[in-house]
Amino acid sequence: MERFTTLTGLVAPLDRVNVDTDQVIPKQFLKTIKRTGLREGLFFDWRKLKDGSPDPSFFLNQPRYQGATILLTRDNFGCGSSREHAPWALLDQGFRCIIAPSFADIFYNNCFQNGILPVVLKAEEVLPLIKDVTETLGYRLTVDLHHQTVTTPKGTTFRFEIDPFRRDCLYRGLDAIGLTLQHEDAIAAYESRRKAEAPWLFSDVHP
Amino acid sequence: MAGKTLFDKIWDSHVVRTEPDGTTLLYIDRQLVHEVTSPQAFEGLKLAGRRPRRSAATLAVPDHNVPTTDRRLGIADHVSALQIQTLEDNCKDFGIALFNMSDIRQGIVHVIGPEQGFTLPGTTIVCGDSHTSTHGAFGALAFGIGTSEVEHVLATQCLVQKRPKTMEIRVDGTLSERCSAKDIILAIIGKIGTAGGTGYVIEYTGSAIHALSMEGRMTLCNMSIEGGARAGMVAPDEKTIAYIKGRPLAPKGDLFEMAVQGWGQLKTDTDAKYDVTVTLEAEQIAPQVSWGTNPGMVLGVDQNIPDPRTMSDEKTKNATERALAYMGLSPNMPITGIAIDKVFIGSCTNSRIEDLRLAASFAKGKKVAKTVQAMVVPGSGLVKQQAETEGLDRVFREAGFEWREAGCSMCLAMNADVLKPGERCASTSNRNFEGRQGAGGRTHLVSPAMAVAAAIEGHFVDIRHWS
Repeated sequence: MERFTTLTGLVAPLDRVNVDTDQVIPKQFLKTIKRTGLREGLFFDWRKLKDGSPDPSFFLNQPRYQGATILLTRDNFGCGSSREHAPWALLDQGFRCIIAPSFADIFYNNCFQNGILPVVLKAEEVLPLIKDVTETLGYRLTVDLHHQTVTTPKGTTFRFEIDPFRRDCLYRGLDAIGLTLQHEDAIAAYESRRKAEAPWLFSDVHP
Repeated sequence: MAGKTLFDKIWDSHVVRTEPDGTTLLYIDRQLVHEVTSPQAFEGLKLAGRRPRRSAATLAVPDHNVPTTDRRLGIADHVSALQIQTLEDNCKDFGIALFNMSDIRQGIVHVIGPEQGFTLPGTTIVCGDSHTSTHGAFGALAFGIGTSEVEHVLATQCLVQKRPKTMEIRVDGTLSERCSAKDIILAIIGKIGTAGGTGYVIEYTGSAIHALSMEGRMTLCNMSIEGGARAGMVAPDEKTIAYIKGRPLAPKGDLFEMAVQGWGQLKTDTDAKYDVTVTLEAEQIAPQVSWGTNPGMVLGVDQNIPDPRTMSDEKTKNATERALAYMGLSPNMPITGIAIDKVFIGSCTNSRIEDLRLAASFAKGKKVAKTVQAMVVPGSGLVKQQAETEGLDRVFREAGFEWREAGCSMCLAMNADVLKPGERCASTSNRNFEGRQGAGGRTHLVSPAMAVAAAIEGHFVDIRHWS
């Protein structure tokens, strides 16, 4: 996993609440057996007009947001389906950071597995930012994971909260499975203790 | 020492170790796997040269992509076929039990877990699917995970988790006649909103919950995620034990007796505290119909479509306007005035034998409206077989419903069962997101009884007063 330290990047705004992962990437793109190449499915239904041509009002179709690495959006982003194809598609498009007042739990978790930093700012911080981004060509923010801050071009700084364990894993780009496997002795000890208490849990599920 | 909630008891008995900030390495007893969210997990194992820690704790089944028409014809969509073949290959390579497409036990992953006795009280169960919350109906801690975590559990039988908060949702009283678990959960989501449960595990309590059958409890827990909660649960009782006893993967003999004794402890202590409690009265719950583009946009069938012009909150107003435009509905129109084109009875929410029995009882001797195409998709091959033994398939067919093979089908329309743009569907599934059942399709979430009545009348009706 690519580590996340600081990022200064172009910001793209998605001014909608409750964006579900069916919108982030619709079902027809879930048939792949790969993690890559999912960019074409990102916000697929929202990118097009009814006749199938690109919708010029949708942010991903606007030249000014090409190359954006930070997505700024609203409450409850990523709700619904657990599909990790959602962060894969966002990453494939180039997004490394998503800022919103709140995220759905599974999506929030999935971001950390893929080197994407989800940042929770207050709604009263996000709304003016969306306005600034929309009104200012080439608007960039700086996100600093170590100091847990988001800084605007004018130098205003917002602090965000994040679990220290998640922060450190992302900051160092650690392999989560490798990390857990360092505790194999503890897992084995748990299993033998548990097997004595609840042996039925260790029956083979092969029918 | 303060008492523990049901959740606390299960969580505490699965802690392998805890980091200084409270991040926990949680042991996972069992994992269910399907074709859509697993190929990249198996690929990851292969690339890292890792093997599953306990392949005997994992059960796999294809469900999302499978055709619901004649299986002997194979899968016309080559990409879907490859995904299903990949699941079969991976299960073979890694020694994982699989019910393939021609197996009578094949079905929706959340239907077959309970059906096989794989789902047990007090366990931790995960699956790369958000509706894993279904299994909480047995007093298990069951939640959906992403594909990286599927790989993590395969490799380590553990997950790194932050302890969630607890929410009690208490529903007391008696439901109106013909109202069901689906109406309870839709009413709950209407009340707490789609993010109301974010960060929480829900325990459903109260007399109306304990009166539900196991199938009803599964419907209830299934949609916890639509309220934002990754997991929902109901404390096990004698119904739970009766349901599990004798199922193929359930413990047998002395082990079963020992397990039942352990399960007796799985209830919230009287002096335990939840972080938050929400209450509803069963008598107040009308048959529910969703009108918008998320499951929180839901009302009783006797209500009218909301009017954004009367809303002061900018967020709600904009979301309502957008939803009504997508759904092609006008403010203030009565819900019973909404005409439908399609009816889908199925999904991990409502495709179990009890759902089909109930739906058939309303369809018996009636005819689907000429303007409506209606289909019934059983949750598993065994549910289908049972329904056919009871003659339910005949009842449905005679009424004009299509009777299909088991799978996820039009709940998410990954197979050939898809709404066309603008088509309107009364669906017993769990999500009414834009395009969920097909690009441009319009979904109204309802109970099986409400879906049947809508199929026959061609529009929504109040099932309480329907003859």
